[in-house]
Amino acid sequence: MLKTFLIGLKDLRLAFRDRAALLLMLLAPFLLTIGMGFVTGRFSGGTSGISDIPVILVNQDNAQLGNALVDLFNAPELADLMEPTASSDLETARQLIDNDETAAVVFIPKGFTESIIPKDGQTLSDEIISIEIYTNPTRPTSAGIVQTIVEEFLSRVESGSIGGQVTMAQLITSGRVAPQDIPAVGEAMSERLSSSTTEPVTAIKLKQNEVGGEAIQFDVLAYLAPGMALMFLMYTVSYGGRTIIAERIQGTLPRLLISPTSAAQILGGKIFGIYLTGVAQLGILIFATTMMFQLKWGNTLGVIVLVLAAVFGATGWGMLITALARTAGQVASVGSAIMLIFGILGGSFVSLENLHPLMQNLSKITPNAWGLDGFTTLALGGGLADISTPVSALLLMGAVLFIAAVLLFNRQGIAQR
Amino acid sequence: MPNILEVKELVKKYGDFTAVKGVSFNIEEGEIFSLLGPNGAGKTTAISMLSTLYTPTSGDATIGGHSVTKDPMSVRNIIGVVPQDLALYEDLTARENLIFWGQMYNLNGKSLNTRVDEVLAQIGLTDKAKNRVKTFSGGMKRRVNIGVGLLHKPKLLFMDEPTVGIDPQSRRAILDTVKDLNKQGMTVLYTTHYMEEAEELSNRVGIIDHGRMIALGTQKELTQQVGQSETLILHLEEGANPEALAKSFNGIKGVDNADASDHAVTIICPEAEDVLAAVVSKANEQGVKIRSIDIREPNLEAVFLHLTGRALRD
Repeated sequence: MLKTFLIGLKDLRLAFRDRAALLLMLLAPFLLTIGMGFVTGRFSGGTSGISDIPVILVNQDNAQLGNALVDLFNAPELADLMEPTASSDLETARQLIDNDETAAVVFIPKGFTESIIPKDGQTLSDEIISIEIYTNPTRPTSAGIVQTIVEEFLSRVESGSIGGQVTMAQLITSGRVAPQDIPAVGEAMSERLSSSTTEPVTAIKLKQNEVGGEAIQFDVLAYLAPGMALMFLMYTVSYGGRTIIAERIQGTLPRLLISPTSAAQILGGKIFGIYLTGVAQLGILIFATTMMFQLKWGNTLGVIVLVLAAVFGATGWGMLITALARTAGQVASVGSAIMLIFGILGGSFVSLENLHPLMQNLSKITPNAWGLDGFTTLALGGGLADISTPVSALLLMGAVLFIAAVLLFNRQGIAQR
Repeated sequence: MPNILEVKELVKKYGDFTAVKGVSFNIEEGEIFSLLGPNGAGKTTAISMLSTLYTPTSGDATIGGHSVTKDPMSVRNIIGVVPQDLALYEDLTARENLIFWGQMYNLNGKSLNTRVDEVLAQIGLTDKAKNRVKTFSGGMKRRVNIGVGLLHKPKLLFMDEPTVGIDPQSRRAILDTVKDLNKQGMTVLYTTHYMEEAEELSNRVGIIDHGRMIALGTQKELTQQVGQSETLILHLEEGANPEALAKSFNGIKGVDNADASDHAVTIICPEAEDVLAAVVSKANEQGVKIRSIDIREPNLEAVFLHLTGRALRD
């Protein structure tokens, strides 16, 4: 284990002493991020590259909470980001998704408000009627933003409702309220609750408190920076894989194999070195963009977990390429090609929403797409739980690719002896 | 002295090609044993099997009582290897290289630092310890390459052609280092295609050709195989045809064998003086100008020529 760690540290040190590698690992993604930031207007006054997201609101609730959500989508704070349209017919609205004319449909069913705030004389039903969001699979980022807004709204409603129920229980237990007076007291509380949620500005303000005083906004750099970082992460992992073949050729790998170090320790060390370098690369890029562009990457723990998972998935690809290649040149050329293909497929250059559905499905094999999905979610205010799907996908991807690579290495021998 | 290395019928095949064909020999503790043979003879393949890098196709060897096939990890703990090609991290300093390789040989902490200082002094690079290896000359890199092999004080040191491609001064330094290590009690298996190095260093020599051990013994024992033959070497001017000249010498009375190499013809004969006049005359007949003539007592070159009909450099 110690030797694995030492080999990994040695590789990290060597990677950061290779000026050409540093240019591609750090400088290139940084400069491309800046360049694309200028192209998209991030550095010239524009606040977001994603704007005017078309969303259809089907409000059959027509009560306090449903109306509050509609008002929220129409709030001035979201005017640049959202382009909401009202509709009364769910099927017609869903047809617009099929026609790729909208990013999402938010359906607020009849009785939604009543399922949370009972009317006079009624009691709460066991089941809360849910808001339904129909998303356009070809516009995952825009649909994700719509979903995030609805989730934030519901989160506020839910916390207010739960708070009310707890208070009621406490009043009954303490004897301050008689059971027969519950409906009247409940109605009064509901009115208070609804009065605090029917103001869209209040809802947004509540959100501001959670994310540090800023309204729900999507910084285009929060898409471009991870996009570029993930694309050049593929360079880093193929560079790391190349060092296995380079060490084989320059004789240091055979020398390691005749030291009292097992092949598993050596291969583990090489993988660990690639992993460490990838983590360091993303860490530096995240730190640099945070410090220089005040870019909000989102939940810190989520970012750390996602970085670790994304590098794991990418390292799996690097190892597989290395296991299949015969020469360092092959790793370099295949690695560069995969870096670009994954960059395009994974949404580093063009939003996945603009790709053909087949390509969108293909993008699932890239760590870029999953990583970008996770980073976008975090930048939109998501937490650790919200990135469980991309994190799981990246870990699964890495595990499968590692197993394939190790089997190949075992078959041909790490030193091809 | 007991044997530290016992090699039994070692074979290595690559498909249809057999690189090592049933090689057997022993090395006693405290010896310098040279494996002498031309390029492609199988020296490096043999060393690679003995150092556990390659698995033998058949046969086995024990080092310090441990089988290279059954217990390679124990073998690795007691051997040191100086590979033919430099095996260093050029972007690390000399000291960083030695520290890393020392760690791979289970050295750590203060003992590692102390040992690295000792080795740096031994290879004469204490003042260059903080320089990256890529800034070193070929000879200095060779010294670091040797230093790595010495870090864990191995009982048996394999040195695979450590003087290839370096200047005479560095070569001299390396040969002196080998002698010093041996004086300190280290057993050395030294492979070379330079006869002079084998003659200077070795207690015993194994001559290997086309994967077979064709002769084995002390230098005296080996030269006795060619009797009292002497070697006459004619160094020719540029443009001469040594092959044609060597062919014509084979008809001269008293010449056992004549072999051509780059701008030279090597003649094996019982008495060099007896054939010298005839040889020079034959060269003149063919219009070949002789630059210089060497007469040598029986040596390993003669042994190799005697056994294979070819010069070591062929």
